[in-house]
Amino acid sequence: MALLEIKDLHATVGDREILRGINLTVNAGEVHAIMGPNGSGKSTLAQVLAGRELYAVTEGSITYDGKDLLELSPEDRAREGVFLAFQYPVEIPGVSNMYFLKAALNTIRKHRGMEEYDAMDFLNVVRDKMKIMKMDQTLLNRPVNAGFSGGEKKRNEIFQMAVLEPKLAVLDETDSGLDIDALRIVSAGVNAMRAPERAMIVVTHYQRLLNEIVPDYVHVLAEGKIVKSGGKELALELEAEGYADLYDETEAVSRV
Amino acid sequence: MSDSTNTIETFANQEYKWGFVTDIEADAIPRGLSEDIVRLISAKKEEPEWLLEWRLKAYRHWLTMKEPEWANVSFPKIDYQNIIYYSSPKSKSDGPKSLDDVDPELLKTYEKLGIPLHERAALAGVAVDAVFDSVSVATTFKGKLQEQGIIFGSFSEAVKEHPELVKKYLGSVVPASDNFYAALNSAVFSDGSFCYIPKGVKCPMELSTYFRINAKDTGQFERTLIVADDGAAVSYLEGCTAPMRDTNQLHAAVVELVALDNAQIKYSTVQNWYPGDKDGKGGIYNFVTKRGACRGVNSKISWTQVETGSAITWKYPSCLLIGDNSVGEFYSVALTNNWQQADTGTKMIHIGKNTTSTIVSKGISAGHGQNTYRGGVKILQSATGARNYSQCDSLLLGDKCGAHTFPYLEVRNTSAQVEHEASTSKIGEDQIFYCRQRGISAEDAVSMIVHGFCKEVFRELPMEFAVEAQKLLGVSLEGSVG
Repeated sequence: MALLEIKDLHATVGDREILRGINLTVNAGEVHAIMGPNGSGKSTLAQVLAGRELYAVTEGSITYDGKDLLELSPEDRAREGVFLAFQYPVEIPGVSNMYFLKAALNTIRKHRGMEEYDAMDFLNVVRDKMKIMKMDQTLLNRPVNAGFSGGEKKRNEIFQMAVLEPKLAVLDETDSGLDIDALRIVSAGVNAMRAPERAMIVVTHYQRLLNEIVPDYVHVLAEGKIVKSGGKELALELEAEGYADLYDETEAVSRV
Repeated sequence: MSDSTNTIETFANQEYKWGFVTDIEADAIPRGLSEDIVRLISAKKEEPEWLLEWRLKAYRHWLTMKEPEWANVSFPKIDYQNIIYYSSPKSKSDGPKSLDDVDPELLKTYEKLGIPLHERAALAGVAVDAVFDSVSVATTFKGKLQEQGIIFGSFSEAVKEHPELVKKYLGSVVPASDNFYAALNSAVFSDGSFCYIPKGVKCPMELSTYFRINAKDTGQFERTLIVADDGAAVSYLEGCTAPMRDTNQLHAAVVELVALDNAQIKYSTVQNWYPGDKDGKGGIYNFVTKRGACRGVNSKISWTQVETGSAITWKYPSCLLIGDNSVGEFYSVALTNNWQQADTGTKMIHIGKNTTSTIVSKGISAGHGQNTYRGGVKILQSATGARNYSQCDSLLLGDKCGAHTFPYLEVRNTSAQVEHEASTSKIGEDQIFYCRQRGISAEDAVSMIVHGFCKEVFRELPMEFAVEAQKLLGVSLEGSVG
């Protein structure tokens, strides 16, 4: 059984339809890249998977790990193992990174019937993961994302993912705003998380991330639909030719 | 209900009913306020002549005063002639008969706050004397204090047992003519607490924690007087996190603190009076005058308050820094949700040399709540080397609430150092969603963010109180997001 099965998904924001019939199957162990031009609906798809209430699902279904994902609240999705690495991680002044992450990890552990960590257990778990992400330990004591640079915020997202160990990770433009060194560190962190029981959906604009995180499948999203799917070579093709041709193809499809 | 129906019940209640009626006839006084009423209150309390004179003077002055209108709050005019100014300690029969008769919403709140079962009934106003043995707790407690010479008890008791102390300090910090509500309180105050810590004694326990239940009937015109003599120290807790049943709408209390040489007073308040319903109906008007005088050298008075209740809060715990090197502190969290209004802050008056004051104010507004910080820092010419630090932060939840800040600084000595910092932030939907995406519920997310915002103030509260206050904020903000 697939870990994630999206069928004919339509979603709107206000009265504007953004997703117009997405079909996608993701199995455990796979990495899928979703590419596409601005405004094609990539980020909307990521947000809908996480349960953002701003978007209304008008048609279609999402089955995750045998459950109707759309029936679950955002926090229950997270507890069931859905993780979204945000494109724009928000700042939470006054709440330390450590306190926040411990609260998150413990609600998830509780949900899974595991014992909650005390501060010492938690620190041990976190230390290893920080090394992978080359993160400075002082970051733990700082308020969540407050005063972080763009790169630090993205690194912090992947660090959180490493601590929370999700089953399905959705990475929304994790490469945006990163210089090449930061990109490598973030990618190494993501690659270290690849595992047979875990699936990832990597949303990106550019090929360069996919040189570091090599996907099993690449899908091209345009005007709210997947218009092309293929292997990792599809990303290279797009890099060379751009997205312009895709519009012709979409039109051709809709004419049929 | 006619007496001839419900036979058994009527029969069982007969004696009770009779007693109830007698009670009322004996203790009710007419509505309204006049010199006769003031005399009647004083007579019922068997007060000495000097106190009656003091009350009458206050009353006569009150007649010449007008309600303050400068506060950033609005409410219908209060009809002072429609208030009953004295009722004897509430008779057991006017409350609910058992927890089954209590509003289930209130019970849910108690449960969330983790109030012990045996206390819930008492807080809801159920007569529980047989269940909760507060008298014996209080007695052991008092014995322990007496060994050290600490006087702690009701104001009425103090008037009878220690008239010389009451006479010396009553009105010495907040004069009867201070302001409209203080004058009203001085004329009609019902009861309250009196505390005297003798020279060199450090009070071995937080005062009033044990009195959380007994204190519930101190009434709407409460009066507290705390005196710490040379080298004495005391930490005093007022109020309680649990919402209490109260039928009085206007609360006009006065608190006076006196710290002599090297003395320290720490006064912590958690106020959670009924705030009114979701549409802004009902709720307590909490118009309080609190002031402390650091009379002695090196003395210190510290106010910490967590204000989450009341429809309207009008309150400015202040410090008069008279003694050289004296220290004044004010730490405050004020929360307004639904239609609550709060106009609160402090005044620090620097008179002595090298006096220092710290103000940390955190205002949280949600729903249609309006939250105003009003602070005055006055450095007089005599206050050479005075320093003040003020920090004033506002947190908004949603887009229908308001936060307002009115800091006043008056500096008349060029050697003074005065700092003021302020910030405004908002809990946005983005932040809540971010937390939920990490598995943290919206409710927990709000309480986590709010706690982060308030922790500088909570740090100042005694440990147990801080935990309760944190829970209280979470409960008070329920339903304000998502």
